[in-house]
Amino acid sequence: MTDARSVEAGSLLSVRGLTKYFGSFAACNGIDLSIAPGEIHALLGENGAGKSTLVKMLFGVLQPNAGDIVWGGSSVSIGSPGEARALGIGMVFQHFSLFEALTVAENIALSLDPRIPLAKIAEEAASLSKAYGLPLDPNSHVADLSVGERQRIEIVRALLQNPKLIILDEPTSVLTPQEADRLFETLFKLKAEGRSVLYISHRLEEVQRICDRATVLRHGKVTGACDPKQETPASLARMMVGADVAAVHREEAPQLGDVLIEAKGLSVAARTPFAVALKNVSLTVRSGEVLAIAGVAGNGQGELFDALSGEYPVADDASVSIRGQAVGRTGINGRRLLGAGFVPEERHGHAAVSDMSLSDNLLLSRSRSDRKSFLSGGLLSVIRHDAIRETARRICGEMDVRKSGDDPNAASLSGGNLQKFIIGRELDRKPSVLIVNQPTWGVDAGAASRIRQALIDLARAGSAVIVISQDLDEIFEVATNIAVISEGKLSPSYPAGELSLERIGLLMGGIHDSTRHDQSAQAEAALAH
Amino acid sequence: MRIELERRGSASPLFSVISPILSLLLTLVFGAILFWLLGKGPLSALYSFFIDPLTEVWSLHELAIKAGPLILIAVGLSVAYRSNNWNIGAEGQFTLGAITGSILPVLVPSWHSPLVLPLMMVMGMLGGALFAAIPALLKTRFNTNEILTSLMLVYIAQLFLDWLVRGPWRDPKGFNFPRSLDFSSDAVLPPLLDSGRAHASIIFALLAAVLIWFMMRYMLKGFEVTVLGRSERAGRFAGFSSRRMVWFSLMLSGALAGLAGISEVSGSIGHLQPSISPGYGFTAIIVAFLGRLNPLGIIASGFVLALTYLGGEAAQLSIGISDKVTRVFQGLILFFVLSCDTLILYRVRIIFGAGKTLAEGKH
Repeated sequence: MTDARSVEAGSLLSVRGLTKYFGSFAACNGIDLSIAPGEIHALLGENGAGKSTLVKMLFGVLQPNAGDIVWGGSSVSIGSPGEARALGIGMVFQHFSLFEALTVAENIALSLDPRIPLAKIAEEAASLSKAYGLPLDPNSHVADLSVGERQRIEIVRALLQNPKLIILDEPTSVLTPQEADRLFETLFKLKAEGRSVLYISHRLEEVQRICDRATVLRHGKVTGACDPKQETPASLARMMVGADVAAVHREEAPQLGDVLIEAKGLSVAARTPFAVALKNVSLTVRSGEVLAIAGVAGNGQGELFDALSGEYPVADDASVSIRGQAVGRTGINGRRLLGAGFVPEERHGHAAVSDMSLSDNLLLSRSRSDRKSFLSGGLLSVIRHDAIRETARRICGEMDVRKSGDDPNAASLSGGNLQKFIIGRELDRKPSVLIVNQPTWGVDAGAASRIRQALIDLARAGSAVIVISQDLDEIFEVATNIAVISEGKLSPSYPAGELSLERIGLLMGGIHDSTRHDQSAQAEAALAH
Repeated sequence: MRIELERRGSASPLFSVISPILSLLLTLVFGAILFWLLGKGPLSALYSFFIDPLTEVWSLHELAIKAGPLILIAVGLSVAYRSNNWNIGAEGQFTLGAITGSILPVLVPSWHSPLVLPLMMVMGMLGGALFAAIPALLKTRFNTNEILTSLMLVYIAQLFLDWLVRGPWRDPKGFNFPRSLDFSSDAVLPPLLDSGRAHASIIFALLAAVLIWFMMRYMLKGFEVTVLGRSERAGRFAGFSSRRMVWFSLMLSGALAGLAGISEVSGSIGHLQPSISPGYGFTAIIVAFLGRLNPLGIIASGFVLALTYLGGEAAQLSIGISDKVTRVFQGLILFFVLSCDTLILYRVRIIFGAGKTLAEGKH
């Protein structure tokens, strides 16, 4: 706190006692924060710590219930994003607001004065993007651009307003390591020009690497203000979580057994214009093995999950097999009956129905596999609510699911607790094959370590586990083998110890090296370009 | 200035229960204003509209006759709506069920057997179900919108009936009136009691409501309906097929509408004629929503809407205003039900100028 006060005199933006209530819940409770000119300031915190609420108030999207915002020495009230931009605050949201059918320049023009001619915008955007190391063609269509390029549009759009402060919300969550490095260079350039950056993240290494100061939030309050370079990842995590995060424990040499799930030459055409086609995907996972599939979002992860789970069966029966049985044409419940369990990426509306109770959501994935214990009455299929509620209670106890009431709606649980329930729902069956897509996406650190430990324990007990994830830390924590998916193609799998971050980054970027000679020449050629 | 609907954090459970009652009260208030503007005494007009029909035994029978088809159709519609399949064409399925159910008494009037009535009911259900299968086929095959296709099929069914009773099915001894020959006594649903005309359709309706209620509350099928209605993707994850649900929910609601149609023709009319329904299929949509898509709630709301039919007739006789007032009341009820439901889920914000919030529903 003393730290914050001493800098306040010369600060660009300072915030005193900022408070926002949603009903009776204080999302932000008396937040103090100050940002000096020309610094990269990190805002750290778990999901639900109040980071988004805080920056939405700074950008005029939400109005605080109490507290002051002081900008350049005078108290201001920011009524709308327009007013925030006029003050000199720019923001890059986590979810982009871009029209796919329009060009880069057209998208930028939408946020500017309509009287400025498009050609001038394109010219300025091109020169800005060059100056800041954000290569961008103003005339290309957004639909054709990668996520990293789309983010550049948002950054250029913010820079065109010539802001003194740029807020970036989890900017690297969608980037490859190489793309992230490039972004950091841009941030250093901005800093050198005397602009300030408020950098929201939960990636501790990044924050340590690029940020000058950090403010840590927890449960809507500031729990620490520090220089991240002086801290260790563990001490930062402690400020974020409030307790030491349990280190995930893993056996060093796992005992591998029979092949439990296998894909051979799995190809699936894209179902929609925005989907990715799977191209000749092959993988095998043995008993005791955790295969982690890394990759940047939107490279076919969802499609691979759909094909492996049987939500969308494939034409070639032999292309997927579970415990030696060809199941390509079998639906999801047929695969569950063979002992497989599935956890999709999206919790609300896919893995769970938000406005249904936990016990109903338990029945959701197990109506067929646990028919004997959950249903009675023969063909009538009468639901045994008491037996299901009992099992739901047991799962909540085992996975430490914090909830209000005995059997609340899924929507009332926080992301981490709901995810623990969804994973527990499958673990409770002791599946011999478990396929999880983004197991800890948007989940707080405590729940994430609980979930990762459970996945490792399951493999150690003799199951085969596939973890599809964008989080490289998570991948190295859980994986025995790692493969990388890029544009619908899956790399061969490598033992986790043999892969470096750089190597994964190259694979994510679509540069496949191969042991086969005919392809290595091509890969070299690709690298040379 | 603009008006925005902002989603509430959670819906008040108290108001979810009160909402139908509140909307009925609002309907009464606006009905009173309507009568007053027409120069009638509001209270006495409301009395003759809503209370008078309940004071005599014969009109209670009429109430049951009107409530039967409304409940029967609405119960089927509630399943379709809960599964997110918007069958608006129950009036057409009602009409086609009446036609297919009447095949035996019209084409083989000389066949006398206790089997005739049950067969008629089954054929009526089949007809309604198959007619509702057309929008199901179009939706699953060509991804068409079932709201439009089912609604357009209503007019096809009505014109088909019109053509039948003026053409091939016209009673040769009927003095050229557009109607079929009268059903024989084996083909007529008998009155339940000696005191009036009420027949088995109300029994069918209550039975269907209880069975569907059981299915929705206790059976896996009901769970499947709810899950697919809330989220198709979660339903796919559960291994439920949304395509099969389109067929199931549309054909179930079609079958119940068809049963309502043949029961009405067999029990209340006794022959086919160009017009066999005062809009039951459309009014049942109001019944379904007023009953909160809950089969037991639909029993109550079915009687309320049946009363608006009787009230309209009574108002025409006793205070001399058009029986179109029935439609006005039905419209008022639907309007208030939907708006009360909306306000449970959303609060209204009036926003002046650019983004400044001056008035809010709460605080």
